[in-house]
Amino acid sequence: MKILVCISNVPDTTSKINFKDNNTAFDTAGVQFVINPNDEFGLTRAMWFKEKQGASVAVVTVGDASVEPTLRKALAIGADEAYRIDAPATDGFFVAQELAALVKEIGFDLVIAGRESIDYNGGMVPGFLASALDYQYVTNCISLEIDGNNATAIREIDGGKETLGTQLPLVIGGQKGLVEESDLRIPNMRGIMMARQKPLHVRPATTSESHTKEISFSKPEAKGAVTMIDPTNIDQLISLLHNEAKVL
Amino acid sequence: MSVLIYTETEKGVFKKNAFEVASYGAALAEQLGTDCVAVAINPSDASQLQSYGVAKILAIKEAKLNTFNAKAYATAIAQAAKEANAQVVLVSSSADSKFLSPLLAAQLGASFAPNVVALPESTAPFVVKRTAFSNKGFAHTELTGSIKMIGVANNSYGIHEKETSASVTAFSPNLEDRLFATKTTSVDKVSGKATIADADVVVSGGRGLKGPENWGLIEDLANVLGAATACSKPVSDLGWRPHGEHVGQTGKPVATNLYIAIGISGAIQHLAGVSASKVKVVINTDPEAPFFKAADYGIVGDAFTVVPELIEKLKAFKAQNA
Ligand SMILES: Cc1cc2nc3c(=O)[nH]c(=O)nc-3n(C[C@H](O)[C@H](O)[C@H](O)COP(=O)(O)OP(=O)(O)OC[C@H]3O[C@@H](n4cnc5c(N)ncnc54)[C@H](O)[C@@H]3O)c2cc1C
Ligand SMILES: Nc1ncnc2c1ncn2[C@@H]1O[C@H](COP(=O)(O)O)[C@@H](O)[C@H]1O
Repeated sequence: MKILVCISNVPDTTSKINFKDNNTAFDTAGVQFVINPNDEFGLTRAMWFKEKQGASVAVVTVGDASVEPTLRKALAIGADEAYRIDAPATDGFFVAQELAALVKEIGFDLVIAGRESIDYNGGMVPGFLASALDYQYVTNCISLEIDGNNATAIREIDGGKETLGTQLPLVIGGQKGLVEESDLRIPNMRGIMMARQKPLHVRPATTSESHTKEISFSKPEAKGAVTMIDPTNIDQLISLLHNEAKVL
Repeated sequence: MSVLIYTETEKGVFKKNAFEVASYGAALAEQLGTDCVAVAINPSDASQLQSYGVAKILAIKEAKLNTFNAKAYATAIAQAAKEANAQVVLVSSSADSKFLSPLLAAQLGASFAPNVVALPESTAPFVVKRTAFSNKGFAHTELTGSIKMIGVANNSYGIHEKETSASVTAFSPNLEDRLFATKTTSVDKVSGKATIADADVVVSGGRGLKGPENWGLIEDLANVLGAATACSKPVSDLGWRPHGEHVGQTGKPVATNLYIAIGISGAIQHLAGVSASKVKVVINTDPEAPFFKAADYGIVGDAFTVVPELIEKLKAFKAQNA
C-alpha cells in the first residue's frame, strides 16, 4: 500500500493572529509554524500502517521553501520521503489540483489529509482531491482500518458516530481519534538524523487556477467586560441570563 | 437564475439549520433580485419551508437516499442546482453538509466559501465574510467563479420568518449505483438528545471536575436547560468523556446561544473553538483563570457547591416560567 499524507503548515495553536499591509495579509512575524494537528493524527496512523502492514509513506505540502522544516519534521517522525509543490497555497481548489497531479503521477492508494486546516478552516482540500481523482472519500474520520482493498472508517457525525465500509483508492479527512493523543510521536534524535538523508523532492506547480481570493482580513470585535457574580447570589445570574442576555 | 438552498432533514423532519439556511437564502435572493429554491431529500412536509421565504421547493423522494451518503447526496443536489439554474448554492455547516460540500462544489465547478457568518458584503464582486484562524479572525473572501457556493456558519445569520406561498415540485435525480460504493454500515447516535451542533445551550466541563464520576453535575444542569453536554480536550484524552464531546480548536466548534464552562481554564485552543457562542458563563475556583477574560458572566466558586445550587434555582425558575 502506498500512502500519501497531505500536510498543511499552520500557525501553532497558541499563536496570536495579526494582519498586516492594511489587513490584506496574515502577519507571520513571530509565528511558529507546525504540522496541522489534524494531519499529525493522520501521519501517526500512516506510521501504524507502515509498521504493521508494510505500507510506504510519503508526505506532501503545497507551499514555498518556508514549509520545509515542517516536512523535515514529518520525515523525522518516520515518513519515507517528502514532496513539496513549489507554489503558494492560494486556495483549496488550487491545492487539491496540485495534489491530484502528484497522486496521478506517483500512484497512491490511500491519501490521508486532515478534516480541516486550523488556519483557513476550509475543510475542502480532501473532498476536492477525491473528486479530482474519482477516489472514495470519508471525512471527520476517527478510525481507519485497511484489509486488502477494503477499508472500514468511522466518522464523527453531529451527536454520535457512524461506521462506513469503503474501498481503496481512498481519500480521508482525519482528526483526533484516528490515533489517541498519547500515541502522537515527537521526533527523536535518531529520527532527526535520518530525516536529513531522506529525499525531499521539490516540484513546480502544474496548474494555476484558483476559485477564491482573500480580499482582506479582520478581527473579532473586542468583547465587553465580564460581569462577576457572587457565588452566594445565584439568583442574580439567573436574572441576568433571563432579562439582560435573554438566553433563558 | 436562482439561489438554491439545500435544506437538511433527519428522518423526514427539517433540521433547525434548514430554517437558518432558508432565511439566509431568501434574503440573498432578494438582494440578487431572484428566487430562493429549496431542495430537500425525503421531507415529510416540504411546505414547512414556506414560513422562511422560499419560493419553490424541489422535493426528492428516493428510498436510496434514506441513509445519508455524501457522494449520492452531492450528486442529487448538483442536479437540482442545474434544474434550478442556480447561480448561488447554499448549504449548512452540519457534519453531513461539511462532508458533502466539496463534492458538490467540485461537481458544479463552484467557488466555495465555508463558515460564512453574514450576507455577502457585495455581490459584484461577490465577497463574503467567513471565520478563519479558528475564530481568531475573519477572512473577506471573493468568490471568483460564475457559480458560488456558501456554507452558512451555524447560528450566525439566525432564523427569520417570512411567509410565502411556495410551490412543491417532485424532483427525481438520476443516481447511478457507483455513487453508493461507500456505504454506512452502522450508526451510533443517541436519539432525542440535543447535539453540540444544534443545541441552544451547551454545558461543558473541564478537568476541574476531577473525574468522570462527577459528570452527573454536568448532565443534571444540561437536562434542566435542554442543553447538549461537552468537555475540554484533556477530559476526552483521559477517557472521562467520549471524543465526540471534545470542543475547541481541534474538537467540535461551538456556536450556541449560551455556553456554560465549568472547571475549564480557558486555554487559547479551547477559547478558539467556543468563542462564536453568543453568551458565555464561566464557573471556576481560580479568579485568575484566563476564561474569565472571554466570559460575559463569571462566578469564582467551587463547581461542587455552585452547580448544585444553580440546578435547584433553575428548576424553580423553569417551574415558575413554564
Ligand atoms: C495542539 C493543541 C490543540 C488543543 N486543542 C484543544 C481543544 O480543541 N480544546 C480544548 O479544550 N483544549 C485543547 N488543547 C488543550 C489546552 O491547551 C488546555 O490544556 C485544555 O483546554 C485545558 O483543559 P481544562 O481547562 O479542562 O483543564 P485545566 O487547564 O487543568 O483547568 C482546570 C480548571 O478547573 C478549575 N477548577 C479546579 N477545581 C475546580 C472546582 N472545584 N470548581 C471549579 N473550577 C475548578 C481550575 O482553576 C482550572 O482553571 C489543545 C492543546 C494543544 C497543544
Ligand atoms: N497547502 C497544502 N499542502 C498539502 N496539503 C494541504 C494543504 N492545505 C490543506 N491540505 C490538506 O487538506 C486538509 C484540509 O485542509 P483545508 O481544506 O485547507 O481545511 C489539511 O488537513 C491537509 O491535509
